[in-house]
Amino acid sequence: MTPLPVSIAAAVASFLLLLVVFELIRSRRLRERYALLWLLTGVVLLGLSVWRDGLNTIASWFGVETYPPAILGAVGALFILAVLLHYSTVISRLSDQNTILAQRLALLEQQQREGDHDQGTVTTTGGLTT
Amino acid sequence: MPPRTAVLMRIGELRRIAIVPALNEEETVGRVIDEIHAFDPGFDIVVVDDGSTDRTAGIAADAGAHVLRLPFNLGIGGAVQTGYRFAFERGYDIAVQIDGDGQHDPVQLPLILEPVLSGEADLCVGSRFASGSGYQSSFTRRLGIRLFAWVVSAVVRQKVTDTTSGFRAVNRKGIALFAADYPHDYPEVEATIMCVKHKLRLREVPVEMRERAGGESSITALRSIYYMTKVLLAIFVGLFRRYAVPLEEEHRR
Repeated sequence: MTPLPVSIAAAVASFLLLLVVFELIRSRRLRERYALLWLLTGVVLLGLSVWRDGLNTIASWFGVETYPPAILGAVGALFILAVLLHYSTVISRLSDQNTILAQRLALLEQQQREGDHDQGTVTTTGGLTT
Repeated sequence: MPPRTAVLMRIGELRRIAIVPALNEEETVGRVIDEIHAFDPGFDIVVVDDGSTDRTAGIAADAGAHVLRLPFNLGIGGAVQTGYRFAFERGYDIAVQIDGDGQHDPVQLPLILEPVLSGEADLCVGSRFASGSGYQSSFTRRLGIRLFAWVVSAVVRQKVTDTTSGFRAVNRKGIALFAADYPHDYPEVEATIMCVKHKLRLREVPVEMRERAGGESSITALRSIYYMTKVLLAIFVGLFRRYAVPLEEEHRR
């Protein structure tokens, strides 16, 4: 059986997580699209801490008889892994876009330096013409 | 419908621009531009090419539009805001937003322009559900749109039937607001709420839409669930947010 203090501490911690994420979105320091996974983490952890029988049942599925809160840690770790993986994909996309931006800027600068003399066929404000 | 000539007379010397977001719309974007010019040659048109891989940008430029090519796909919110930035910095008085896929008929521009020109509204949205005729979208999408209509109506305390319509007209105030701040991803719902929170007056008028003639919808079934959650979250958090004032004219570069 899960000790009550553990449940309370876990519930408070996950509630705090939810509160912090909410405040970050509200003050526009976190975009909704990157907050969803955090909110899901908070809600699931909060649910598992409050629903103590549920935690015990899930623990017994995995043969964890001695200390059910271990499941809380495992679920938390799983979610953090998911968030990290998600961020890795986000960073990859950002760095790809960053490369494109730098290249586009270099092309535009070159165009501006040399294009002053001969006005090319550039009709778009973008760079390359298809 | 207010007659075209009446609206055109009223629009007089106002500097007006049509913002046309387009992603791979080579089949339709040229026709949309021609139709806008046929309605009123005084409309400048800016096509925001959101990272198309087809000939959208070239066709749009040939048809006589300004073309802003985004170096990569920003999503509809980022694309549309680029258009509003352009409109803001170039000093336009009125902007209309028309999708590049041909589902909005420029012949119906007088409907959304009238309330803005008469000073009744700062933002006027064309709703395909207010009239109940014309293309109404698929069942599942209608369900989602209904849900948002209900939520948005409750938040802005005004009846809103079509929260996903990208057929809208705004005055200078609206241009300034959207240039400064525009929601991401699936922006129309949040933009509507934002407007009202900033004390801009919103009007919705019935219009008829056409079924998209080409390209493909940017919203697939699985994505729509994600978007629903995201937008509902944004609306909820937005309730607790204090709103900044729109861009002042002196911020114009």
